[in-house]
Parts: sequence; structure tokens; C-alpha cells
Amino acid sequence: MDPTPMTDALMESTPAAAADQTPLLEARDISKYFGAVVAIEGVSLEVRAGQVTCLLGDNGAGKSTLIKTLSGVYRPDKGTLAVDGQPVEFGSPRDALDAGIATVYQDLSVMPLMSVTRNFFLGNEPTVGVGPFKRFDLPKAAGIAREEMKRIGIDVRDTDQAVGTLSGGERQTLAIARAEYFGARVLILDEPTSALGVKQSAIVLRHIVAARNRGLGVIFITHNVSHALPIGDTFTILSRGRTGGQFSRGDVDADQLHSQMGGGDELHELTRELEALAKSERRPSASTPPAPGPTVSH
Amino acid sequence: MASTTTTTPRAPGSDRLRNLSLTQRILARPAAGALIIVVFVWVVFAAISLARGNTAFMGIPGTLNYLDVAAQVGIVATAVALLMIAGEFDLSIGSMVGFAGILIGIGVTIWGLPVWLSIIMAMIATTFLGVINGLIVVRTGLPSFIVTLATLFIIRGASSVLTSTVTNITYIPIDPTRIAGDPLAEFFGWSMPVSIGGQTGTLQISILIWIVIAVAGIYVLGRTRFGNWIAGVGGSAGAARNLGVPVARVKIALFAMTAFSASILAAIQSVRFNSADILRGTGIELDAITTAVIGGSLLTGGYGSVAGTALGALALGMARQGIVFADINADWYKIAIGTLLLVAVVLNNWIRRRFAGLT
Repeated sequence: MDPTPMTDALMESTPAAAADQTPLLEARDISKYFGAVVAIEGVSLEVRAGQVTCLLGDNGAGKSTLIKTLSGVYRPDKGTLAVDGQPVEFGSPRDALDAGIATVYQDLSVMPLMSVTRNFFLGNEPTVGVGPFKRFDLPKAAGIAREEMKRIGIDVRDTDQAVGTLSGGERQTLAIARAEYFGARVLILDEPTSALGVKQSAIVLRHIVAARNRGLGVIFITHNVSHALPIGDTFTILSRGRTGGQFSRGDVDADQLHSQMGGGDELHELTRELEALAKSERRPSASTPPAPGPTVSH
Repeated sequence: MASTTTTTPRAPGSDRLRNLSLTQRILARPAAGALIIVVFVWVVFAAISLARGNTAFMGIPGTLNYLDVAAQVGIVATAVALLMIAGEFDLSIGSMVGFAGILIGIGVTIWGLPVWLSIIMAMIATTFLGVINGLIVVRTGLPSFIVTLATLFIIRGASSVLTSTVTNITYIPIDPTRIAGDPLAEFFGWSMPVSIGGQTGTLQISILIWIVIAVAGIYVLGRTRFGNWIAGVGGSAGAARNLGVPVARVKIALFAMTAFSASILAAIQSVRFNSADILRGTGIELDAITTAVIGGSLLTGGYGSVAGTALGALALGMARQGIVFADINADWYKIAIGTLLLVAVVLNNWIRRRFAGLT
């Protein structure tokens, strides 16, 4: 599938010379085991400022484990993480956040029943007053939330409205805007488009490109090749816990990505099977009416 | 594309928002349903009382009377509502009321401690039980419904064992002369006659304590960081943790606050009745949950209102005493409360969908 004209136009403003920089975040030969289960083995991944690194893989490929390792939830059993080229160890998600690495989980990012302002500042509430009279500075928070949402192109007229009244794409965008406002340099987006329709996905993809153009490094996790291909600068494929291949933009097409993900062969197989099934079913229905009841023989 | 001419770019979202009238904005508040319920209950019992020729319900004696009943539920329900908004339950508060009272009774009568010291000791011990509730829930990850159901039995049983060991009965009288002159006992036993229009009622300290606790609860939930964390933890503990909210500390603090409020109620009752009884507080955990739900709190957490809970307690108190003033058989009280609860939940759900746009 070719990139759409919309994203192509956005891609032209790619910051140059991204390849010369030290990666903002780098994972080298990461392995993680859960008992006897090898979740990931020797996986490497990097993201630079102003780049979108797509992490592609089928369900169970180890994407979640890798993300959780990058964001400080798990400690890797082998391998190292590096931020700006310096080796680091994250003891908690807070450590990763402090290093500027923010993760937006697909369904665990916003509270639908809380207002836009309260969601935006959850865990980072600005306060006024001192001692026991220290309180959540809601007017200030509402002002910032409105400005930040407007900056990324969502006009929230009433920041008191519950996030549940926003569309799915807007909720993801709110989580992205929030991460960026609180100093994220690397955004890890876990399947941000998987639960969304076409239009809503487009909103999110547009904001991913916009965030990259503002100089952020983005790790975009997806199993949807047609979402990754238009906006990715590099593509890392994860298959059965191992790195299945790494490609740059332009060196790879959708078929290659599909087959590398381990889904390509299955898809071809499935297509053949379905075609055969369609043929075999068409034949009897054309000549004789379908037999009712349990008379079908094998 | 040729068709992209003069349409001004519109931010996504704004074309899908309607302007709401003031009435709609008020109805979008979580406490709206409870307000409607309170007005309804008052009108019903005022009408029945009037029809039976009794004006006390509408006057100062009736008002202060049902406010006292509402206050006793409201004092614990405020903390219970905050706990529910954080996504947890506490079924053990009723047994904590009994336990705290027994500790006060033993302290004063058996150990000969001053009443104020016994009350402080009971408050510390009960709050500690709340911390244990919280620790078990946080550490085991078990539903708090189960954990506090277990501690409900354990604490109620422990109160029995404790009293039967030291007194052989389940009831400990407190000498009224010990209460006179004791600073904390005088405080929790304070009351004042209030006369309006030739009728006289009694303003109990419970009403004032309830107002202070409710206002503090509204402030904490609406205006502090901790309040934002409470709603966040109940909305999604995982997401809140990812955003740096100390989820376990928030939950444990709320269990401790709930237990502390149970000990306040125990202090009020022990001093007022000059006694402690292991059965005090039986069933108040369900009254408190009923009150919080009437007030618009969701059983699943993440949404609710302290002001609504106060209104819920008011509705409960009005119904309980309204039945007395209207000279109706008291057996009808439970039927009334059950019906109110159902009506309130349906009403709150409808309001939330219709006016707040939430499902």
C-alpha cells in the first residue's frame, strides 16, 4: 500500500540529518524471561529525535514486554538500555518518565469519567497556597489544558467536559499532548490506532507525524502495516520474541513487512484456503438446493 | 483536490458540542439526582405529616431530629464515598463503630482512664484497623468487598471476645460523672436547644461535625491533588500508576480515613448513651453505601460526589424520622429506603447519560 497524499505532504517537513544523531533511546540485545517463557530474546531497537520508529509484530510477538521494558515496568534480564548514549537502568515507570520517556498505553491512558483538565494534570497537578491550604490550581490547569489541546488542533471549549465525551482519536491525542507537555522527548505509543475507525486513526497518525516534526522521537507500536508504512522512518519487526528485521523508509513495502511479521505466509495460505472453500461451496449450491438438516456427509 | 475551497478549518470535536443551558449544566453535576430525591422525600413526608395534623416534621424539632440521624450516617458516609470513588468498599465500618465504642468503654470503666484518653486511644486503634484493611487490599490485590467482609466478622467477633473476657456482658456502662468535666466527652456530648416559632428542637454536635466533615470532603475531592488522585485511582488504577500517582498510598489513606470516621461516630454514641455496646453500628456500612450511591457515586469507582452523598444521608435521615413523625409503622422504613435506592440509581444513570453525556 502506498502512503496517502496527506501523510506524504507532512513527511516532507522531516527534520534532516536525524541519522547522524545519538539515539534518544536505545535498547541493545534486550532479553526478558518469565519463568521458562522467553518473552523477548536479543531484541534491539533505537529511536532518534525527529524520527518515527515503527515496531511491528503480531499478537504475542513480545511487543508489550518490550514496551514495558523500555518504560521501566520490567527490568531486562539481559541487555542494556541507553538514553542519549548513556547506559541507564529504570527501577520504575517514574524513572523512565524522569528521563523523558513517556508511554501511552492503548486503553490505559485516560479516565473517561474525569474532565479534560483533571486528566491532563493527573499525577502532576499544579498547586497554589502553602501547608494545609495547598490546593489544586484548577483555573491555571484549565488554561494550560485548553492551550495545549488547541496547539495540537483540538478545540476543547469546555475543559470541564468529561474525556468520555471525546472521540477515541481525541483521547489518544490528549494523552500524547499531555506526555509532551510534561517533558517527554520519546513517546512510546502502544497500538494507538488499533481500536479506532479509519477517520479516528487518521487523526492520531497526523498527530504522531506532527509530534515527530516538533523533534520528538516516537516509537509507534502497531500490527497494522498500512498505519505504519506512511509515517515510519524505520521499521523493526518483532516475531516470536526476536527481531525479525530492521528496515528504513523506502527500502521496504507492505508485502515484505507482512511476511516478516510472520503473518504474510499465513495470509497467503488463508487466501488460498478461502478461495478453495468458495469454489467448493459454489458448485453444489448451483446445481442442487442445499440439503436441510444433518445429512451433510464428510 | 478541487473542492477544498473556502471552508474554514474547524478543529475536530467542536462541531459535535452543543451549548447547554444553566439547568442542563446543573443536572450534569453528579449530585443532581440526590438533590431531586431530597426534595421529593421532604415533600412526601411533609404532606403526610400535615395531613395527619402533625407539623413537627416541618418545624425545628423534626428538622433537627432528622438532621441528627442524617449526621450519624453522613459522618461515615463521607469517607465511604471517597473510598468508593477510589474504587474500593469498606463493609467493616459498622463493626469498627462497635469496636471503637468498646475500647472507649473498657478504657473508662475497666482501666479507669480519663474519657478523653480512652477516646483518643480508640481512634488510634480503629484507624490502625483501617490501615490494615488497606494494606491487605493493596498487597493481596483481592476485592475490598471480600477483604472487608472478612474483617467485618473478625472485628465484630474480636469486640465480643474482648468484652466477654473483661466484663462477661456485651455492654459496658460508662459512669455519667466521668463524662462531666472531661474535655473530649463534653465536646462529643454537646447539644443546644433551639427554638423557632414556639417549637423547640435539639441541635446535636453530630450535625456540626457532619457539616465540617462534608465540607472538608467536598474540598479534598474537588480542590486538592489528593482529590484528583482519588478519582484517578478509581477511574483506572493502572493508568494512574503510570502517571505517577501513588495508588497504594491513596487507597490505604482512604481506608484509614473511613475507620477514623467510624471512631468519631463511636465517640458521639458512647458519650450520648453513657455506654458502649458491641452491636452499635450494625448495618451502618450498608446505610453508608446506600447514601453514597443515592449521592451519585458509581459502585465501580471513578465517579461520585461528596455533596451528593451528604444529600443522600439527608434523604435517609428524613425518610427514617419522617416515618416516625407521620406515625407510620416503622417497618415501612426499609421498604422506603430500598425503593429510594432503586429510584435514585435509575435517576442518576439517566441524568448521567442525558446531561453529562457519559455512559
